[in-house]
Amino acid sequence: MKSIQELEQACQRGLEKINIRLNSVDEKHIDKSDEDKKHKEKNHVMVCGGTGCTSSGCQKIIGKLDEELKKHQLTEEIKVIKTGCFGLCEAGPIIITHPDGTFYSRVNPEDIEKIVENHLIEGNIVKDLLYKGAIKQDEIKPFHEVDFYKKQKRVALRNCGAIDPENIYEYIALDGYKALAKVLTEMTPEGVIDEMKRSGLRGRGGGGFPAGLKWDFTAKAKGDQKYVACNADEGDPGAFMDRSVLEGDPHAVIEAMAIAAYAVGSDMGYVYIRAEYPIAVSRLQIAIDQAREIGLLGKDILGTGFNFDLEIRLGAGAFVCGEETALINSIEGKRGMPRPRPPFPAHKGIWNKPTLLNNVETYANVPQIILKGADWFANMGTEKSKGTKVFALGGKINNTGLVEIAMGTTLKEVIYDIGGGIPNGKKFKAVQTGGPSGGCIPANYLETPIDYDNLISLGSMMGSGGMIVMDEDNCMVDIARFFLDFTVEESCGKCTPCREGTKRMLEILERIADGEGELSDLDKLQSMAKTIKSASLCGLGQTAPNPVLSTLHYFRHEYEAHVKDKKCPAGVCQALLQYMVIPELCKKCGICAKKCPTSCIDGVKGKEVYVIRQEDCVKCGACMAACPFKAIKKG
Amino acid sequence: MAKNILTEENFLRLHKTIQLNRGKKGALMPVLHEAQKIFGCIPLEVQKRISEELGVPLSEIYGVVTFYSQFTLEPRGEYVIGVCLGTACYVKNAQPILDKVAELTGASVGGTSPDGKFSLEATRCIGACGLAPVLTVNEDVYGRLVVGDVPGIVAKY
Repeated sequence: MKSIQELEQACQRGLEKINIRLNSVDEKHIDKSDEDKKHKEKNHVMVCGGTGCTSSGCQKIIGKLDEELKKHQLTEEIKVIKTGCFGLCEAGPIIITHPDGTFYSRVNPEDIEKIVENHLIEGNIVKDLLYKGAIKQDEIKPFHEVDFYKKQKRVALRNCGAIDPENIYEYIALDGYKALAKVLTEMTPEGVIDEMKRSGLRGRGGGGFPAGLKWDFTAKAKGDQKYVACNADEGDPGAFMDRSVLEGDPHAVIEAMAIAAYAVGSDMGYVYIRAEYPIAVSRLQIAIDQAREIGLLGKDILGTGFNFDLEIRLGAGAFVCGEETALINSIEGKRGMPRPRPPFPAHKGIWNKPTLLNNVETYANVPQIILKGADWFANMGTEKSKGTKVFALGGKINNTGLVEIAMGTTLKEVIYDIGGGIPNGKKFKAVQTGGPSGGCIPANYLETPIDYDNLISLGSMMGSGGMIVMDEDNCMVDIARFFLDFTVEESCGKCTPCREGTKRMLEILERIADGEGELSDLDKLQSMAKTIKSASLCGLGQTAPNPVLSTLHYFRHEYEAHVKDKKCPAGVCQALLQYMVIPELCKKCGICAKKCPTSCIDGVKGKEVYVIRQEDCVKCGACMAACPFKAIKKG
Repeated sequence: MAKNILTEENFLRLHKTIQLNRGKKGALMPVLHEAQKIFGCIPLEVQKRISEELGVPLSEIYGVVTFYSQFTLEPRGEYVIGVCLGTACYVKNAQPILDKVAELTGASVGGTSPDGKFSLEATRCIGACGLAPVLTVNEDVYGRLVVGDVPGIVAKY
């Protein structure tokens, strides 16, 4: 591809090919007159090929679809496309058919025959396979009108699920690489940076630093060689938006990095990605190869004289490498330990050269900002947090998956309206945001609009966007212990406050969970937390105490229950649990006694209510699982 | 694990990988990834060879190998079972699943079963949070688990 004209032609050709999908999704249609140039394709069947759906067996479904279509000689008319993540992982494996937008969920390979014969051939939608939210009183809604999608605003995820990520022409069809063409021919590097600054885009990886400023610093830094890097080391447990962007729309990141390279004066980029994401790695590599092959990476891109190329570097399982200076060390082939800042990467980054480092989601917004303008982007969101943010909903919530919302949407809207609330009629207790660096937010703050600053004022943070919902069965002491266990494991050991401090805090928490805590421990936790936060070198240590501090702040009564009453109110901490038979419910069947590995349940079958001898009980829970009458409780 | 992994053939493959990466800046990490794949672990003998051929001090290589959790010094079992202990899985009761796998396979967390068949790991989030709790056996992923599913899964291998 040697010129802008060629790119435009490819866009037009691609659009005709995928037009069938757009009527239901995108605002961009081909005019009716163009639609008359009918091609043979009647349906596009989109099968989610994200990690979630791959795990639940989408590959078998694609195989079965191919087989059925071949059998009916429909391979010309009906195309099967493996896409990136649709977001609603809970309902996977997912199939969406176009042009009607029918949304099938939890599809099994055995269902495919029905979908092909009844729906694709006869035109009768298979109602009992529809996603439950897509059918109301016999009225069938296309996927984008179900509650889960209706309230979302997809910018970074706009192509995820809409295109085949392994085909560059599908990306080009939806204005792909047009933003790159625009900056190369119509904008100066300063103009690009100015646009980025005006958009108000802040780093989506955690800190929320204004992206435009970072670009500006790197552009102004002196150096014969500069690098552009992408942080795809998405380490926060429970966050998987970066993975989904790379799996579903890898070219958006490549295009954005090329734009960034033009703006800061670089010709070489690195994507540092977790080795735990094999699908994302392979799709990104395919995307890079394809871009290189048609000349959208490499020398003299689009005949403008601009050069840029890209390499993947794999992480190897170290959370701290998500920290920018640790990541740089890792790219250089060293132990991933953070460096003191300043100098910041903008001045001394990879091999001590000025380096621009943004994360995947941040980059994914860039082409849209360039194409639609900074004002369009800045119109979304709150005063200080512009645009949209992707959240990974997980834990005790009905619609687990990925959602993208405008900043300023409330926690409640996300958890209840989009996420569908808490399953099994349980009560909401807290939502954890920001991963191991964040905190737990209790129910009385659910009306808070989500943005960077609000979350920080609640003692949590945006982080990369994990949102784990917890219900009454989750113990907050246990959750704090869980996160500290994680940071102790992942602390690189370079600086003492983090290495020793987190370990000591964990010991205290373990003591509390074992029922051996004292009230003074709570003050000790607080004072150690303060020291670790202020004395650690990098973000990992500076934020590691947050899960403890926020749970202590909002759920102090739970800590006190562990310490004073030696009770775990949620019934999680094993050492503080007691299993008891509820006499009124006991049917004297004796099943529990049979199952008990330590024979500590006494009673007489058919005559006497059973009783658990607490001194011999090992709290394995076997009796509770075995009781057919739910007559055993723990507490 | 009597199987000899330090074969001529494996060292030849390592040599080829190093050839491909030599001269590249920051070549050590890509080489180590390949070495882990070729040998199933990166024991001292392999580190020495990399050190000689890549011209990186052995001490530095050892430092890097032991820093990252994906590089191991000893071979893992035939089947590596990873129970995800990411937050989403943890709040959905991943711990009892991990305990059950340990009980059934005889492998402790981070260790390998006496017969060398299973290695057990408490993995970091694999990003399949929508299916929590999740476990993996080599490349296979099992999601939406309850403790009762574990015996059936282990029995498959």
